[in-house]
Amino acid sequence: SSWWSHVEMGPPDPILGVTEAFKRDTNSKKMNLGVGAYRDDNGKPYVLNCVRKAEAMMASKKMDKEYLPIAGLADFTRASAELALGENSEAFKSGRYVTVQGISGTGSLRIGANFLQRFFKSSRDVYLPKPSWGNHTPIFRDAGLQLQAYRYYDPKTCSLDFSGAMDDISKIPEKSIILLHACAHNPTGVDPRQEQWKELAAVVKKRNLLVYFDMAYQGFASGDINRDAWAVRYFIEQGINVLLSQSYAKNMGLYGERAGAFTVICSDAEEAKRVESQLKILIRPMYSNPPLNGARIASIILNTPDLRKEWLVEVKGMADRIISMRTQLVSNLKKEGSSHNWQHITDQIGMFCFTGLKPEQVERLTKEFSIYMTKDGRISVAGVTSGNVGYLAHAIHQVTK
Amino acid sequence: MAASIFTAVPCAPPVAVFKLTADFREDGDARKVNLGVGAYRTDEGQPWVLPVVKKVEQMIANDNSLNHEYLPILGLPAFRANASRIALGDDSPAIKENRVGSVQSLGGTGALRIGAEFLRRWYNGNNNTATPVYISVPSWENHNSVFVDAGFKDIRTYHYWDTTKRGLDLKGLLDDMEKAPEFSIFILHACAHNPTGTDPTPDQWKQIAAVMKRRFLFPFFDSAYQGFASGSLDKDAWAVRYFVSEGFELFLAQSFSKNFGLYNERVGNLTVVGKDADNVQRVLSQMEKIVRTTWSNPPSQGARIVATTLSSPQLFAEWYDNVKTMADRVLLMRSELRSRLESLGTPGTWNHITEQIGMFSFTGLNPKQVEYMIKEKHIYLLASGRINMSGLTTKNLDYVAKSIHEAVTKIQ
Repeated sequence: SSWWSHVEMGPPDPILGVTEAFKRDTNSKKMNLGVGAYRDDNGKPYVLNCVRKAEAMMASKKMDKEYLPIAGLADFTRASAELALGENSEAFKSGRYVTVQGISGTGSLRIGANFLQRFFKSSRDVYLPKPSWGNHTPIFRDAGLQLQAYRYYDPKTCSLDFSGAMDDISKIPEKSIILLHACAHNPTGVDPRQEQWKELAAVVKKRNLLVYFDMAYQGFASGDINRDAWAVRYFIEQGINVLLSQSYAKNMGLYGERAGAFTVICSDAEEAKRVESQLKILIRPMYSNPPLNGARIASIILNTPDLRKEWLVEVKGMADRIISMRTQLVSNLKKEGSSHNWQHITDQIGMFCFTGLKPEQVERLTKEFSIYMTKDGRISVAGVTSGNVGYLAHAIHQVTK
Repeated sequence: MAASIFTAVPCAPPVAVFKLTADFREDGDARKVNLGVGAYRTDEGQPWVLPVVKKVEQMIANDNSLNHEYLPILGLPAFRANASRIALGDDSPAIKENRVGSVQSLGGTGALRIGAEFLRRWYNGNNNTATPVYISVPSWENHNSVFVDAGFKDIRTYHYWDTTKRGLDLKGLLDDMEKAPEFSIFILHACAHNPTGTDPTPDQWKQIAAVMKRRFLFPFFDSAYQGFASGSLDKDAWAVRYFVSEGFELFLAQSFSKNFGLYNERVGNLTVVGKDADNVQRVLSQMEKIVRTTWSNPPSQGARIVATTLSSPQLFAEWYDNVKTMADRVLLMRSELRSRLESLGTPGTWNHITEQIGMFSFTGLNPKQVEYMIKEKHIYLLASGRINMSGLTTKNLDYVAKSIHEAVTKIQ
């Protein structure tokens, strides 16, 4: 008999299931709108030119393969902090922050979660928006924290339930942890407006909550890295010392290279040093030190003026293509004769769109039109191209008219 | 400003081995030698990117069909299969019987951590926080932290190093295994024990396996030096393969940091050997859940390099050659250091220098003597007396030997 006889089969990943079914489908018009990775207008993965150039520079330098420090590549972490906080940020200039390299967004979130479990004794509760990225819950749970929720998405309007959010947040017990999506909320694509962010900052301050920002789409949402980081920077300016997780998976297309960063804004540089020392104690028994490749590519791009400029153009290009697909989808739906209000498709931002489609409608899309998405009606706009947006609009109209 | 939630966060002590390197870097003495951190160095004292790695990286760079898309959660399939195959052998019955699973991990550390997290959740019923985990004394210092952070509350030690005879304390080891509660987990070094460089002989491994089988003890092997230790992949994997042939279910954490010189790309693999395919499938499905909340999916670059190398007979042969180059240089430094100490008439016996295997040697220097080496001679080694053999070069051998001689004769 085996040690593992009692081990249950883990439930299949809902999103992977979508991709598996998509792969099996032989319909030439099939569309995979589950994919959480950018595709170009030909539906292909896109390796950024600035990434290729950075890689060429690396190849010519003939660097060694020595271990990185536990906290990662210093040029990368410093540039990451500056990218998020802004070069004029008082917190950045005074050095009252610590940024460590993390394994993309997930790894960075997990470091923060572990750190909170060990050092944040005021609360075990992490408040997530309803809904949130599916992996947030198990990450915090595995770190030993508890999950709560605040209202966020209004399915009736397919937009932000701002009064519901404010109501719930104003009742969160003091010194709890609240997670906020910095931009391009996943999975809804619904972001607060700047005026709403200001009110959120005020109530969060009033309740003395610990703010943890997840920023996986800086630059990728609006096309403007400063605009996408506005909420994070505003909160810090208001004296809220946030935690922040960054990912370069989407905005630099570095998915499989796992480039990310975790930041803690501290009272002063001395506190930042103490916090850093404890983060290293957490990281060492997880994977010792982080992988170089993605961080080096990102660092070269951020720190080489020409490449940085090129990156900003390319990330805007990706964001613009997504925005253009949203616009085209709505106009095509109108052309199909749909009488529904599809404004939320263009109001929402980032890679994902909560269409408002019901499970039965999603099922019809899949069965009758070979269009694959998750049951909650979420589509990855990155999977839409000028070649298939008409087909998509037609199909959606058929199942909603 | 309001008091910070982090006001009470104490400053943590630095990790010893990294602090040592930091101190070494700051030392301005021209004679300085770094015998601390475990990375291979050439005879010029330089890091060495394996020629086969350079070649394969160029191939990867020139391949425009490659992109940076996510790997599957469990990693690159070609890497996983080849990594486990290297450890278990081409003709492994376990592989033939389809009862081997693999989880690409971030270095050996990552593999240990994923394995530990799984065991805490699923070994021997659920919730194993109270299951004893046994770690050798001494061992790599991070072993303890990995299992503590994975949630195990009862971490124990087993006898390993006999300080007096400077060798394996087999009797103490077997005794600890006899006394360990059934179903305890034992962390075993597959070869080139870190830090002692002292491995059980095949015969001794057989005795260890017999006790473990009889007492239902779980073997969790740590293999960070396959090929690097003796120069032979098969020889360095003998213990693991023997356990598999004896019918054990086991975990094996593999690192490709040293034998591929891919330290900073974090290339590792957790090999799972189970009773049958069905068990292994279920185990892997739960491993996915653990990986998903730790790093989601592993980094691609290092895995591509290893997979490409191991799946090409030509490149594999080149790699094997590179590995042997490293192993041979270490063996040479061992014999050269020993012969110098014996010529100098340094008090004590020094055969352990050549009898030990792998990157490290437990010199037998005590903390005071180590302090002398660092402060007076600018030779950096761990307080335990562990030296990294590849920190030795033909240029510094004489200086190091003389310094050891001084330390041993001047300091008691």
